Amino acid sequence: MAYADDVENEELHEPTGFIWKYVWSQDHKVIAIQYSTTAILVGLVALVLSGMMRMQIGFPGSIDMDSTAYYQAMTMHGMIMVIYLLTAIFLGGFGNYLIPLMVGARDMVFPFVNMLSFWFYLVSVLVLLASFFVPGGPTGAGWTLYPPQAITAGTPGSEWGIILMLVSLIIFIIAATMGGLNYVTTVLQARTHGMTMFRMPLTVWGIFVATILALLAFPALFVSGVMMLLDQTIGTSFFMPDMMQFGSQLDYSGGSPILFQHLFWFFGHPEVYIVALPAFGLVSDLISIHARRSIFGYRMMVWAIVSIGVLSFVVWAHHMYVSGMNPYFGFFFATTTLVIAVPTALKVYNWLLTLWRGNIHLTVPMLYSLAFIVTFLVGGLTGLFLGNVVVDIPLSDTYFVVAHFHMVMGVAPILVVFGSIYHWYPKMTGRMLHDGIGKLHFWITFLGTYLIYFPMHYLGFLGMPRRYYAYEDYPFIPESAQSLNAFITVVAIVVGISQLLFLFNLAYSYFKGAPSGGNPWRATSLEWLTPETPPKHGNWGTSLPVVHRWAYDYGVPGAESDYVPQTTSPEEVPVHESDHDE
Amino acid sequence: MLTQARTTSLPFAASSGYFDQRSASAKTGLRFLMAAMSSMFFLFLLSYILRSQVPDWEALSEPWQPLAQTGQLWFNSALLVVASISLELARRSIRQPDHGHSRGLLLLAGLSSFGFLVGQVAFWNFLTSRGFFADSNPANAFFFLLTGLHALHVVGGLVAWIAATVRLSRERRQPTEEGLALTKLSIELCATYWHFLLVVWMLLFALLSSSPGTYAAIAKFCGLGD
Repeated sequence: MAYADDVENEELHEPTGFIWKYVWSQDHKVIAIQYSTTAILVGLVALVLSGMMRMQIGFPGSIDMDSTAYYQAMTMHGMIMVIYLLTAIFLGGFGNYLIPLMVGARDMVFPFVNMLSFWFYLVSVLVLLASFFVPGGPTGAGWTLYPPQAITAGTPGSEWGIILMLVSLIIFIIAATMGGLNYVTTVLQARTHGMTMFRMPLTVWGIFVATILALLAFPALFVSGVMMLLDQTIGTSFFMPDMMQFGSQLDYSGGSPILFQHLFWFFGHPEVYIVALPAFGLVSDLISIHARRSIFGYRMMVWAIVSIGVLSFVVWAHHMYVSGMNPYFGFFFATTTLVIAVPTALKVYNWLLTLWRGNIHLTVPMLYSLAFIVTFLVGGLTGLFLGNVVVDIPLSDTYFVVAHFHMVMGVAPILVVFGSIYHWYPKMTGRMLHDGIGKLHFWITFLGTYLIYFPMHYLGFLGMPRRYYAYEDYPFIPESAQSLNAFITVVAIVVGISQLLFLFNLAYSYFKGAPSGGNPWRATSLEWLTPETPPKHGNWGTSLPVVHRWAYDYGVPGAESDYVPQTTSPEEVPVHESDHDE
Repeated sequence: MLTQARTTSLPFAASSGYFDQRSASAKTGLRFLMAAMSSMFFLFLLSYILRSQVPDWEALSEPWQPLAQTGQLWFNSALLVVASISLELARRSIRQPDHGHSRGLLLLAGLSSFGFLVGQVAFWNFLTSRGFFADSNPANAFFFLLTGLHALHVVGGLVAWIAATVRLSRERRQPTEEGLALTKLSIELCATYWHFLLVVWMLLFALLSSSPGTYAAIAKFCGLGD
């Protein structure tokens, strides 16, 4: 064994020099931080864009923004937040950092491909941002990029902006596929001894299933992107129908815009769960650890994640009720949409039952987790409204929809991102984030988002349409709606600026934060048991950990402390049958 | 807290278990890659069927259209079949003590794949020389798009084939246990991938050269037609 250990050490090939260690790095932890940093930076661009849009809506004419700039801001905000921030940070950021550490691997199985994944992602971001500087500016087609308007003259950025957007998406999909192959293969093939699938933390399960969704759903975006790119550049008619423009017939004929919508949403709906499933997994672990309770219904949680993943492929047309479809299809998609609420509700109940009689520590990660449950519930319940065809039709394209999707897939996952960063930052840096600043940041963000999005439901009921640049002179919109809009804008600006607290905390705590030690939250999963914090290249020193139990042994009767790490042998603390770990 | 090592775990330990691990990982990774590619081609084919039901569609398989004569494409297909079979034989012969004819088979696979690409380009030239451009009809556009994407996947495969060929010749010059294991793995992955490319090509070929009646029937079956 000593010989084997020597070989292991010898083969670690720890990179030396700044460039190889931090730039062209193949270490999953460095790649994770590269991914996260890029995602947060580009997310800040999207945040500023949303602030500009809110200024225009709340105080029309207060900033120099015409309708073209408004639509461009709206499109870029949506696309950046969904793809380049949330997808990238959950899979590329948390997936990269946590999967190898949580399953007891030294790195991803294809480190070189993993490095390429980040660099492709960075290029996709740069191509996207470059569209701000091309003639005509970025595309203003809305984040769904529906043809024919996306590539028809008159839509902002219909010449260059849309091309860069589509090229950027195609590059992103290649990046996500390269990363995704790593995540699934590492989970399936590189788990350490004793780490059965049903001993993995739910974080890994969430990211694992989300990655499979990404590998199967992103091709739909790729297919639609490539075909639209050809329609725009060489004049094919995949999606472009016969059209007249300025009195003359365009060269297109016979294309099907509805086909694009089907393809887009065949990607677009699983995309919701590509973001949500990792959030479900992460928050399950945060709740269990900070409530000092084993997760309630572990296997049920796993199967809920898997069944949500499967169902997410058969609900896409609920985004298209007003596009016109066979009523039987509408019935089918409404039914599947409501069915998906069952496993989702199971998860919410299980989180609550985990908290029940738990020793709840109101740490910053726990606050964010609790906020997530509430927010996800609110956003999910309005989803039940919109999932029904007859209710959806009057509410479609109103601010009710804006409120719904921001709650359920904007705010809720971002709360988990924040909670998770507060939770794992000590492992990444060896220092705690400042608790007071964290709580201040939490309360402003949490209460602020409710003040922003709750009133939008009422605006939606009033019939206030989404995507409009200005709301003057619409008799059906009362004046009070404008007051509400101004209020929302003020809160949105405050919440937007308060995110500087978070950035400050990240920077400040990196230098001045209290040393965290290896396991500040007294957690059981493997990433907290590394010999060094932050973990070095190869993660585990000379020998890999051996796992004897699941990741949720909190408050085990007869144990000395209130948590039993996964590496503790059954001789020290017995493994109970009820742990669901076999 | 950390107990003894399991040397078979990850790409850091040079034991036989290390190669098992690496081999299993590569095969799993390739399977998921092929699943993602299948998803892409499947969605393209569905789009193809749906678009084919619009009246402006002029199927390339009509008697007066270029795909009425599929001789060139059958020849190309035969080249891809040869590539696939020779990789399968190479995969089997590399296991023999003297590696059998693996080198020749590997070269044959590469050359016939390259020949397939040349044949495809020749057919594209034939189409454009007769005025069948991508923007003149959606059927043409789909033909160029689907065969072009498939050809790109063959090019990607040839990169892996080059790596396998280099490994095999290195292994013949300086045989090592490690080199042999990697060579076997490379050839095995290439063989699997080429079988996949062949199946995709056969599906594409069948669909692209089918009659409008077939498209209508498939569309009706999928609930897409009138």
